[in-house]
Amino acid sequence: MSGASVLYDVPGPKAKARNRIYSVIGALAVLGLIAFAILRLDSKGQLDPEVWRIFNYAGVRTSIRDGVLTTLQVFAVAAVLSLALGVLLAVARLSDHKPVRWLATGFIELFRAVPLLITIYALWVILLTNRDALGLTGSQPQFWALVVGLTVYNGSVQAEVLRAGINAVPKGQREAAYALGMTKTQVMTTVLVPQAIRAMLPTIISQLVVTLKDTSLGYIITFEELLYTARLMSTNIIVNGNDTYIPVITVIGSIYVAMCLALSALANWIERRGRRARTGIGVAPAAEPVAAADAAEPTGPVADAPVATKD
Amino acid sequence: MNVLLDYLPEFRDGFLGTLAITASAALLALVLGVLIAGFRVSPVPPLRVFGTAWVTVLRNTPLTLLFLVAFFVVPQIIFQGASPYVLGTLALGFYTSSFVCEAVRSGISTVPLGQAEAARSLGMSFSQTLRLIVLPQATRTVIPPLSSIIIALTKNSAIAGAFGYGELFNVSKLLNDKGYAIAWIFLWTALAYLVVTFAISGLFRLLERRMGVAR
Repeated sequence: MSGASVLYDVPGPKAKARNRIYSVIGALAVLGLIAFAILRLDSKGQLDPEVWRIFNYAGVRTSIRDGVLTTLQVFAVAAVLSLALGVLLAVARLSDHKPVRWLATGFIELFRAVPLLITIYALWVILLTNRDALGLTGSQPQFWALVVGLTVYNGSVQAEVLRAGINAVPKGQREAAYALGMTKTQVMTTVLVPQAIRAMLPTIISQLVVTLKDTSLGYIITFEELLYTARLMSTNIIVNGNDTYIPVITVIGSIYVAMCLALSALANWIERRGRRARTGIGVAPAAEPVAAADAAEPTGPVADAPVATKD
Repeated sequence: MNVLLDYLPEFRDGFLGTLAITASAALLALVLGVLIAGFRVSPVPPLRVFGTAWVTVLRNTPLTLLFLVAFFVVPQIIFQGASPYVLGTLALGFYTSSFVCEAVRSGISTVPLGQAEAARSLGMSFSQTLRLIVLPQATRTVIPPLSSIIIALTKNSAIAGAFGYGELFNVSKLLNDKGYAIAWIFLWTALAYLVVTFAISGLFRLLERRMGVAR
């Protein structure tokens, strides 16, 4: 935050008084907006105690708990699979064999360019129509459509992150490894990939936060994760003749934000910890790799990330 | 047999719908993002707190949840009976504004310190320094991340289709209900998105070249 103070002088008595006035006006404006929203909600009867008492029912609590567990289950499976796919695709894209390289590049670029929702939807339709042949029952088509969709999209993004990390390892490391007589596989698995993963860990975790957020797309293919459970509850529980969108969305939203913040905090902690260590290549900032569908761009979206540890 | 030729009007409408909601949400996100970035570096503490809270909350909320808020909570407070286009623009624009804000803020920190110091020593106020000196110079570094953010926004606009706004995802859903093979629909929709994203990255590359003045 050292950049902030350079934009303005240290406030003197007059500026301090002016800033205080701005503070009061700004605070009043925000409070006014909040008060307006609360009054409007109150006039619709959305703030009555009965509306919020629904969270005392065991059924509601069980539904929320099951929703959280389902979301976490999808997240866990998709995270593991996408990391595995990411390593595989990154190594394939750096392969010496042209067909392998082209195949990996095509896969990565296609699935990064297509909206995840459309991939998930297409997978869902395919799984639903072949449900009997694949032996899927109940909500399994939705589950696997969501998991596979998240895996191919996030695997492609993770592959680009890892590739940037592998490319950031100094050339001397690779050359030294080859000079010691290591095979290509040994160089990749024992020298390059471990350093790339270590350097890119904050970025990888930030992308896992995206994976966690994207599990909510299960809502659209009617998979009963946290958000769909919330939707079902808010339309089914009627209090005073109103649906209960506002309390349910408030609670579910807080749960989502808390889960994502916890994961983001982990990424930031690892980044800070990595910056202390003076060995190996620098640790990338915990910024989310914004997935650009830029096939023409030679480097990945975070190709220059590992050096950006200056602030 | 050919889905694209049989349903060309639908595809065209969906394509235009995607373009329309992307453009309006991008505009909203840019305005809000720059404003909030200004808040985050301002000398007034409550504005800084507000900016930080805005970015933290919006970045950690799933977009689908924001759409639910926009379609079921917002009409209870304001904008009663607004079209899915308006509500979708709000959700997408607010979500993307937090990413724009972060990009602008990191752009501001790349402008050499001497620039802001010189502006201050000329007696410029905070808003003059930011508006006339720092932001114009930050534009150059903000453009590449902005390109990625707008492309991500284009892809996110598919969620608006699931909430009843007519765009490409909506079209693919419609055609699937009519019984066409999903593989072909997927292929054509993917191609349409590729066209949009390539156009955006081309546009930004053009901008970058025009702004890339040798220093």
